Amino acid sequence: MIGELRSRTPDGPIDEKWESHKFNMKLVNPANKRKFEIIVVGTGLAGASAAATLGELGYKVKAFTYHDSPRRAHSIAAQGGINGAKNYQNDGDSVHRLFYDTVKGGDYRSRESNVHRLAEVSLNIIDQCVGQGVPFAREYGGLLDNRSFGGAQVSRTFYARGQTGQQLLLGAYSALMRQVSAGTVELHTRSEMLDLIVHEGTAQGIVVRDLITGDIRSHTAHAVVLATGGYGNVYYLSTNAMMCNVTAGWRAHRRGALFANPCYTQIHPTCIPASDEFQSKLTLMSESLRNDGRIWVPREHDEVRSASDVPNIDRYYYLEEKYPSFGNLVPRDVASRNAKTVVDQGLGVGDLKNGVYLDFADAIARDGEDSIRERYGNLFQMYERITGEDPYKTPMRIYPATHYTMGGMWVDYELMSNVPGLFVVGEANFSDHGANRLGASALMQGLADGYFVLPYTIGNYLAPLLGQDPLSENDATCGNVVNEVAERTQKWLSINGTRSVDWFHRELGKLVWNYIGMERDKNGLEKALSEIPALREEFQKDVRVLGSGDSLNSSLEKVGRVADFFELAELKARDALEREESCGGHFRTESQTPEGEALRDDENFAHVAAWEWGGSSDTSILHKEELEFEHVPLTQRSYK
Amino acid sequence: MENTMTLTLKVWRQNGPTETGRFETYKVDDISPDMSFLEMFDVLNESLINSGEEPIEVASDCREGICGTCGCMINGRAHGPEKATATCQLHMRKFKDGDTIVVEPWQAASFPVIKDLVVDRSPLDRIIEAGGYITVPTGSAPDANLIPVPKDAADTAFDAAACIGCGACVAACPNSAAQLFTSAKVQHLNLLPQGQAERWSRTEDMVETMEEYFGSCTNHGECHEACPKEIPLDFIAYTNRDYVKSKRKNRKLLGQIS
Ligand SMILES: Cc1cc2nc3c(=O)[nH]c(=O)nc-3n(C[C@H](O)[C@H](O)[C@H](O)COP(=O)(O)OP(=O)(O)OC[C@H]3O[C@@H](n4cnc5c(N)ncnc54)[C@H](O)[C@@H]3O)c2cc1C
Ligand code: SF4
Ligand code: FES
Repeated sequence: MIGELRSRTPDGPIDEKWESHKFNMKLVNPANKRKFEIIVVGTGLAGASAAATLGELGYKVKAFTYHDSPRRAHSIAAQGGINGAKNYQNDGDSVHRLFYDTVKGGDYRSRESNVHRLAEVSLNIIDQCVGQGVPFAREYGGLLDNRSFGGAQVSRTFYARGQTGQQLLLGAYSALMRQVSAGTVELHTRSEMLDLIVHEGTAQGIVVRDLITGDIRSHTAHAVVLATGGYGNVYYLSTNAMMCNVTAGWRAHRRGALFANPCYTQIHPTCIPASDEFQSKLTLMSESLRNDGRIWVPREHDEVRSASDVPNIDRYYYLEEKYPSFGNLVPRDVASRNAKTVVDQGLGVGDLKNGVYLDFADAIARDGEDSIRERYGNLFQMYERITGEDPYKTPMRIYPATHYTMGGMWVDYELMSNVPGLFVVGEANFSDHGANRLGASALMQGLADGYFVLPYTIGNYLAPLLGQDPLSENDATCGNVVNEVAERTQKWLSINGTRSVDWFHRELGKLVWNYIGMERDKNGLEKALSEIPALREEFQKDVRVLGSGDSLNSSLEKVGRVADFFELAELKARDALEREESCGGHFRTESQTPEGEALRDDENFAHVAAWEWGGSSDTSILHKEELEFEHVPLTQRSYK
Repeated sequence: MENTMTLTLKVWRQNGPTETGRFETYKVDDISPDMSFLEMFDVLNESLINSGEEPIEVASDCREGICGTCGCMINGRAHGPEKATATCQLHMRKFKDGDTIVVEPWQAASFPVIKDLVVDRSPLDRIIEAGGYITVPTGSAPDANLIPVPKDAADTAFDAAACIGCGACVAACPNSAAQLFTSAKVQHLNLLPQGQAERWSRTEDMVETMEEYFGSCTNHGECHEACPKEIPLDFIAYTNRDYVKSKRKNRKLLGQIS
């Protein structure tokens, strides 16, 4: 059992905490930095920026990724943009406003001190990225352009066409490769972390499988940083890349690290609906489309006319009708839930009746097809490529899909988990977005953590360790963990059941989506807690993994990831059941306002739920970190 | 379901880098035109697993045409028949019921096969390591709006930066040259004011590292045809020009010539 959870938030006024904490933290002097070894797992935005910066500072870094190149991390797929409180548009933005919007947008379930720091360093991120050559959009005068994103009242989003994530990652990746070339970072590609080594209570290494040779071995260091991304693929279908998984975090969880708020998931309202059972992933259509597209469904259940033949009077513009002031621009969770409601009512469109229309006809009539093409040309092309339908002529069909996970490894103000020496950055931690993330804030958080927060805070942990060598890889602890991993790997190969890993993953995904999706209730969550373990048992007896463990074997990689998703899914259901309130992306049908909006219960649930592994998936122990709101007054959101 | 297709696939199978490979023929039924090419492979792999045969290794991750993980030769063309489209974004409506489709890994000496359709493209990372960056340690950058970048320059740099590092250009090239990739990477940085300080060393280092691993360019233009991001051939010309200049400039910097 672990003791009381301490966030180690520094004292003092909110806007001075970070500054004074930076001063108060212990420093490692430049000549000593090379005596410290740091493992960074993950080379997406958070991991690449962290590894590059730590390398520049002079630490000895080992970076790991299961990808063949750091440039392929899931961060590459982010489309919309990155926030920064630069106020270049002179429209009243400020660090305080970004802080305020993020706490409020997170529905008051994040830590004020962390969010304020995030808003502060957002300024440096933009400078850093431009310095690296990130080609953000510019005005004719050569200065940076901004747009308003996800309903924000100010234009603070920097963007690079529809591929902001790719451009930012190329920047971080180039910084990382510069350090690889300088010899400060040793890069291990196609290497998957399968366990954490905890020795005498602190994190001191990892066990890694080489995905090409199957070789399993340990790597040790003074500290371990996880930058391993989100767990959205627990739903099987999501906008995440195919390989995204929770294994690194989950294995750390099983070694004692707390998993916070697993029930918080963001469901993005504008994705292309599934076309059949073999759909492998869902594609996001940028949120910016809601600026010009109007969302509707037919009023009649058995509407057979094609969209353009349905007259206005027979169209149900449900967001515009219900939320006259925000209309189609309501926040993500509200837009998503309303789409589900109309589809559940049988009003869905498309062959499978599993979508709603996002219609550009009015915008095209108003602004002309050319100007719509200029704004969204790429997206329209992508939509057409996937669906075979031309959105200039027929409305897009969209439906919500899992997109981002706000929950993750619990970390304190210094981004360290409750296991000393284990740090977690980027989407993998739970820290800054509360119960709902604002658009364009994930990229910001990943880079804040990696460039500007972790490189300082890790020194505070390392400084007292000066003179100690990292754990020897010959130590019995390392050997034991390596053996455990090797046995697990062998076990999967020997089951030789009847069904593929993907089959089980799909079935798991259906349970998670149906019971722990956009709307949750007690009854469904209890069902999840009996059906998920039942399916897991079947999985452990009946999964079929062919081939061997000593060469590239993607089914073998997947089976371990899906096994961890099973355990996470159960914890997610338990967390959702425990949280008897609605907040942000977590909607409990029992807790809503008379108008059907999410109803928080601040009296009982203004806390972080941080779960400790109890030895099996049904014995997890709940710890609470109470949240205090001194600077952003608690109010109920309203978008009417 | 109506409109489904039955297809014959001839797929390259190879157990490891040093093993000999062979084509295997498979039949797939009930393929919907709305499926992606890789979802069709998922269906095939699921049926292989059900019949006790090892699934085909085929790489992909984002399945959105942006990460550059996917890529195979489809009927002899890198990324298949649709222009400006990565393998993962190719959809089965581009094929007809009864078609035979031949699927092979990227073919280039510098991209050895790891297994089946998966190859090792790490030499592309070596080119980046050689100079594909701007030296700006974290925290040292000036305010982002301090240096205006003319919109044209920013837009052109962006066109280069759109490269997803898939390696199709190498696979499509009769000489297995990596000029399109390298020049896209060089020009993304060389075209920006921020990239000027290291322009000449970057160009020389990246081009010469490329030459260590890849064949030479004889201006076929196949790379551009195969490129899912339609990276313009102009960048190769710009890079050749910069390379010639860099030889002189770098020697000057070293004091070898005045
Ligand atoms: C389609 C899409 C669009 C988005 N658009 C936006 C946007 O416009 N703005 C915004 O702010 N956010 C956006 N997001 C969210 C944002 O992209 C992600 O939250 C963010 O990029 C995550 O970065 P990361 O570095 O934490 O993780 P990732 O980029 O997911 O990187 C994870 C890394 O960890 C490695 N890894 C994981 N597990 C292991 C293991 N066990 N062993 C070894 N390596 C491992 C992987 O190889 C990878 O390198 C979007 C997300 C999606 C899905
Ligand atoms: S230039 Fe085109 S084909 Fe070559 S790696 Fe880049 S995106 Fe792929
Ligand atoms: S899988 Fe990412 S580009 Fe095709």
